Amino acid sequence: MRTGRTGEPLRVFMLGWEFPPFISGGLGTACYGLTKAMDQLGIQVTFVLPRAVGSRYATHVKLLTPESGTSYRYPQTAFRHVRFYAIPAHLQPYARPDARSMRLQQILQQKGLEHVRAAVGTPEVAPEAMHYAGDMFTQVQRYAALVAELASEEEFDLIHAHDWMTFPAGIAAAAVTGKPLIVHVHSTEFDRSGEHVNQRIYDIERAGMERADKVITVSYYTRNIIISRYGIPASKVEVVYNAVEGNGGWPLSGTGIKRDEKIVLFLGRITMQKGPEYFLMAAKKVLEVMNGVKFVMAGSGDMLHRAVSMAAELGIGHKVLFTGFLRGEEVRQIYRMADVYVMPSVSEPFGIAPLEALENDVPVIISKQSGVAEVLNHALKVDFWDVNEIANKIVAVLRYPALRMTLRDYGNFEVKKLRWQDSARRCLRIYEQMLVPV
Amino acid sequence: MPSVCFYFQVHQPLRLRHYTVFDKDHNYFDQYKNAAICRKVANKCYLPTNRLLLELIRTFDGRFKVAFSLTGVLLEQLERYCPEVISTFDALAQTGHVEFLAETYYHSLSFLYSKQEFLEQIDKHVQTIRYYFGQTPRVFRNTELIYNNDLSHTIEALDRFDGILCEGADHVLGFRSPNFVYRPKACKHLRLLMKNYALSDDIAFRFSNRHWSEWPLTAEKFARWITQVNGCGHVVNLFMDYETFGEHQWADTGIFEFLRHLPAEILKHPDNNFLTPSEVIARYPVMDEIDVPHLISWADTERDLSAWLGNAMQSSAIHELYRLEKAIKATGDEQLLADWRRLQTSDHFYYMCTKWFADGDVHKYFNPYDSPYDAYINFMNVLDNLRGRCKMAPLASPVPDSGPRVLEPVG
Repeated sequence: MRTGRTGEPLRVFMLGWEFPPFISGGLGTACYGLTKAMDQLGIQVTFVLPRAVGSRYATHVKLLTPESGTSYRYPQTAFRHVRFYAIPAHLQPYARPDARSMRLQQILQQKGLEHVRAAVGTPEVAPEAMHYAGDMFTQVQRYAALVAELASEEEFDLIHAHDWMTFPAGIAAAAVTGKPLIVHVHSTEFDRSGEHVNQRIYDIERAGMERADKVITVSYYTRNIIISRYGIPASKVEVVYNAVEGNGGWPLSGTGIKRDEKIVLFLGRITMQKGPEYFLMAAKKVLEVMNGVKFVMAGSGDMLHRAVSMAAELGIGHKVLFTGFLRGEEVRQIYRMADVYVMPSVSEPFGIAPLEALENDVPVIISKQSGVAEVLNHALKVDFWDVNEIANKIVAVLRYPALRMTLRDYGNFEVKKLRWQDSARRCLRIYEQMLVPV
Repeated sequence: MPSVCFYFQVHQPLRLRHYTVFDKDHNYFDQYKNAAICRKVANKCYLPTNRLLLELIRTFDGRFKVAFSLTGVLLEQLERYCPEVISTFDALAQTGHVEFLAETYYHSLSFLYSKQEFLEQIDKHVQTIRYYFGQTPRVFRNTELIYNNDLSHTIEALDRFDGILCEGADHVLGFRSPNFVYRPKACKHLRLLMKNYALSDDIAFRFSNRHWSEWPLTAEKFARWITQVNGCGHVVNLFMDYETFGEHQWADTGIFEFLRHLPAEILKHPDNNFLTPSEVIARYPVMDEIDVPHLISWADTERDLSAWLGNAMQSSAIHELYRLEKAIKATGDEQLLADWRRLQTSDHFYYMCTKWFADGDVHKYFNPYDSPYDAYINFMNVLDNLRGRCKMAPLASPVPDSGPRVLEPVG
């Protein structure tokens, strides 16, 4: 057992937005992997979520709903030191946020911390957020208010907030308790929106990073963005890579599945960030020189319809299959069928999916504009815009068994070395540095 | 005794250009990059070292001597990009104290895949050396000192060589010292010279290493080590890449000063001298027979072939390449044959080595690729195009070898 103070377990007040199975991307997966590994290290984590945790993933944890004051306790096995607080923010009537934020104002006022209000924001306007349904900002506000309330009642050593939705809550919690704040950046507004950033989200991100005592990023790629585009001092920004669960993949039942067609897989949100159009343009090129190839796009997103019509416009509609959003067993199925996985992301802070693909013995082609490219040697790397080269590499993987074999075998081995345990340990080291009395 | 036998390997491959599955032309080689590297190495290594060696040979009036093995692919590039280097090698040849060795013209692994091709490449190389330097090589060294009993057999059967070089690998020598002349197993007249890797690597790899306990290595100190061999060895074989001088070890490490002072320091002791491989063979008796049933090389710590054939990509690429031999030769197309042979240069397979990620430095040297996977894909795309050309080409009756002067246009 490691300790922050005198021989006692380190206690982390962790703020998250997603947790399996309610995930829209890598954030929930990363939070799950990281907290599970922290749990194994004996770190006491109180994980606060804006909504209920799915029973399949968290049946063994103490679940507290501050709203009703009821607490449920389940037999604990997977998480021994993690408690989950679910704040059903989005279940609340829309009339409530004002009351909630009033409560936050009160707390801040009592503590003489009114200047923090600017950073936490005010809830009166709630314009359409770009990537999340509903009035995202209102939810973020309500979450912040509830977290501030919770924080004043909880005992912990530091606050660890994941991505911008929880930054206002992190700032508020740090303000009311005076505990150190770590913000963990899994993606930035520049990754999600290119140059068309939502100024309000950018402001929240920057406020969180500025206020934080340490910023953790998931790659050096993202660290550079934090330093150059948010003006955060480099000394404050640390990198902790993501990892994979390490289920060792799933055994391929009936390996010699007789299939006439090769399958090239795109798996992820179909959004600008993930570069679906480059995948389709590369597909077009591949089909110019090869027959018997199908392209599967698994995922949903705001560019799905655009992608469908683009495939048709390119005249390859009959060669491209869209599966919609997949989870769990469906994901395994699709990996089992795929011959190569392509991630042509325009800007990818990390990218856990390629690791999962390799874990499932699928060779990967990944964008150089990604964090995961920093940790993988046994992957083919391309510039996302270089459609010719993406196609060149797809053809090579499909054509040459020796290439497939080498990528798969070495890649699978390499992925086994990327453990959440190590990521959690890196976090712990950062915690310990911060808690050293000056 | 002991005699110091210097042999320098001089080679640069013809690197491929970025060639995708969509490329249709037959320009496989990166002329710009090859020219740039060739000129750079010429200025940093070949020219200054040749000048220094010439000076030393003249100063010591033939008591200092060295041997070279220049590959055909290097000579082609020198002729094209920096012909002045060839004239300095020729000046060295004219002194009469420089020996040129034979190898495969294309610095290839052909011995492992096609005896016929192997012999043709040796012949082409011998003719080329004769053409440029007026010498007929009598000692053979195989690419990367790849060696086994079978090789020595093959070479002896040619009846044109007196000796062959190989790595003085510990597991081959056992208790024996590399500092004697040996006879390969089951050979009668052929002699085996074995690299003293400890002393060779002191110069080639450790010279500039400041963490090495012997740093800095002075000519005086090195000469002392050589003299210590006295009484327990006849010859110290110092085999290394020529690029050691000025390229692997930059000029500011003092490598040229070391070389400048080395002959005088070594010759201070009356028992010491310098000999070329042929002279060593003529002078010293055979001490023992060396049995090498398995292939060895001078590469990496493993001294095996894993740097070229260690993974599935490497072996698939090389098998696919040699599978074309018959078809290529049946066309009688000189350009096609030359392109096919240029793909045989061992460096192409070296770039595909995945050990690269573990022990980087040496493998990264002038490596044009970011990853071994890129190297493989590029090579296979070129090979695919070559195969296509081969299928399209009309069959012809075999044309007699047109000799070394014919330099097919590169790229």
